[in-house]
Amino acid sequence: MDLKEKLTASFLAFENQVDTDTYVHDVRNEAIKIFEEKGFPTKKEEAWKYTSLNSVLKEDYSVFPKKENAIEYNDVKKYFIHDIDTFNVVFIDGKYSSHLSQTTHDGLDVCLMSSALTKPKYRLIIENYFNKAATKDSLPSLNTAFSSEGAYIHIPKNKLVQKPIQIIYFSTGNEAATMLQPRNLIVVDENSHVQIIERHQSLTDNPVLTNSVTEIFTNKRAIVDYYKIQNDNQSATLIDNTFIKQKQESVASVHTFAFGGKLVRNNLNFYQTGERIESTLKGVTIIGDKQHVDHNTLVHHIEPNCESHQDYKGIFGENSTGVFNGKIIVEKEAQKTNAFQANNNILISDKATINTKPQLEIFADDVKCSHGCTIGQLDESAMFYMRSRGIPEKEAKALLMYAFSNNVLSSVKIPEIKQRITKIIANKLGVNIGFDL
Amino acid sequence: MLKIENLHASVEDKAILRGINLEVKAGEVHAIMGPNGSGKSTLASVIAGKEEYEVTEGDITFNGEDIHELAAEERAHKGVFLSFQYPVEIPGVSVTNFMKTAINETRKAKGLEDMPAKDMLKLIREKSELLEIDRKFLSRSLNEGFSGGEKKRNEIFQMAMLEPKLAILDETDSGLDIDALRIVANGVNKLKSKDNAVIVITHYQRLLDYIVPDFVHVLYNGRIVKSGGKELAHELEEKGYDWIKEEVNA
Repeated sequence: MDLKEKLTASFLAFENQVDTDTYVHDVRNEAIKIFEEKGFPTKKEEAWKYTSLNSVLKEDYSVFPKKENAIEYNDVKKYFIHDIDTFNVVFIDGKYSSHLSQTTHDGLDVCLMSSALTKPKYRLIIENYFNKAATKDSLPSLNTAFSSEGAYIHIPKNKLVQKPIQIIYFSTGNEAATMLQPRNLIVVDENSHVQIIERHQSLTDNPVLTNSVTEIFTNKRAIVDYYKIQNDNQSATLIDNTFIKQKQESVASVHTFAFGGKLVRNNLNFYQTGERIESTLKGVTIIGDKQHVDHNTLVHHIEPNCESHQDYKGIFGENSTGVFNGKIIVEKEAQKTNAFQANNNILISDKATINTKPQLEIFADDVKCSHGCTIGQLDESAMFYMRSRGIPEKEAKALLMYAFSNNVLSSVKIPEIKQRITKIIANKLGVNIGFDL
Repeated sequence: MLKIENLHASVEDKAILRGINLEVKAGEVHAIMGPNGSGKSTLASVIAGKEEYEVTEGDITFNGEDIHELAAEERAHKGVFLSFQYPVEIPGVSVTNFMKTAINETRKAKGLEDMPAKDMLKLIREKSELLEIDRKFLSRSLNEGFSGGEKKRNEIFQMAMLEPKLAILDETDSGLDIDALRIVANGVNKLKSKDNAVIVITHYQRLLDYIVPDFVHVLYNGRIVKSGGKELAHELEEKGYDWIKEEVNA
């Protein structure tokens, strides 16, 4: 039985096991039908032209977590941003870990999707927001069909949330191969501000396939800063589907730091449904070996006077491959749109590949849209310059690559995250120099 | 200190240096002059260890040690410094960050600990004052958007920070107005001692009024064709290079 058959066959058993209200039940049923019809995406589809899931899908995944596994905090502390006070919503093999989490209902809700989907007090929010931003594509639909657990965050209006919220998914490799389908819902009401960090981390070499969906709603003048740290081990695959629906004057930014995993696909979608919205999409990708990272972005400008800013940097070594596919749609009504997109890449190996493709669909006539992509090598004259000052080759390379990524890092607002990323980059590049001076 | 014997070097199979002999002792200032394309910058790059240049014949020894197989950074660690004719812009790396890395990597190569942050700041302050460099300038990206004069001043600032044994100044005077030239020359002179040496590569006499050479060499067609004292520079300034070319070609 292939994975698709296994999933569709499991659906009924899954639906029986979760108690649910009719709204969610209907949404799930509709979603499984879409997945049945469409199946897993193949390279024949334009959006998946450069990313094949074949090698990932052939594993015999266990599709439901069977039992809970305990992890000692000290063993996984390094995956937390632990030097600042945060709320934590942590899952182990798809199950909530109360032991590692710090949730709250005090003035805001930082809790579990399983509660939100089942308890009456959340019904209104669920009916208003659940699956309202996610697309009807096959992978988000698959996630919707099986959605039962994840982080649920609701920030009521006029609230500046002081503590960042970390959402971490661990997998223990208890099963020979595990498929996880986390589902996050984040609703930020008027004038509120929240910072969120998301990470998926496998703790063994057993294959893990994560098909994650995160829906984020920023209401009027809300501000959301979202950081994705993707530095998983070589047997983990992540398909991240993130949908952000913004209302007027809201500001949302997503920084994606992609340092690894076997295969990572980021589907990042912004929908601007109001005026004077700002959206920022930034990313640093540094990979090697046979790693594959694919950034597929969409910014949909629907209303006038909005801005979007995309800046993705990629450094590709060894046999790694990268994809950047950035789509900007400017609707006819969306006059005075200011959309910027840049994708710069450095190939540090002859065998590394990058496919980069900007896609602009502009139907309004009074807009400012610019895009540019570059692919290059490390600047040899800069290398000689640095080495002639006593900086060894490896360190000089690292410094240049760090400098190359610095535009993206400089807009990270939480210093501890910046430090952590800087450290990961230094490790990744095999140097022991502090970049942040 | 530096001894170059019968040095031949080429780039992409094109011979540029064709048998250079030069000896520079501690405490000396040598000027290398010559028309465009004579190989002056190549000589500077070969001494500093640029990999594109292949040494096909001859020896370079530095304080008695054969350095021609050493990487650029290893030569730097031994005290060779090249002030670039065209300093490279490195966006995203601040002047301070760059200098800290350079100094600490050099210390690491010598088995020393990183310089304490306090000492580093003090050193930076001291040397930037010497070159009349504004504090704000130090947090800017290295050479990015610097004027020609700022770039050259920054080169000498780096030299002051690294305190090399042998400094090669490759057309440090080009693009400098008279004030910047004075500041740069003043910096170089203050760093001069009986234990270090300077090679000044230039087209013009102008810089040599400030940094007075003990020896002047004329490079033409990849060879040193004439050497003399500082008066040779004046002669070249007056008469140009044609008479030298004629002498060589005769």
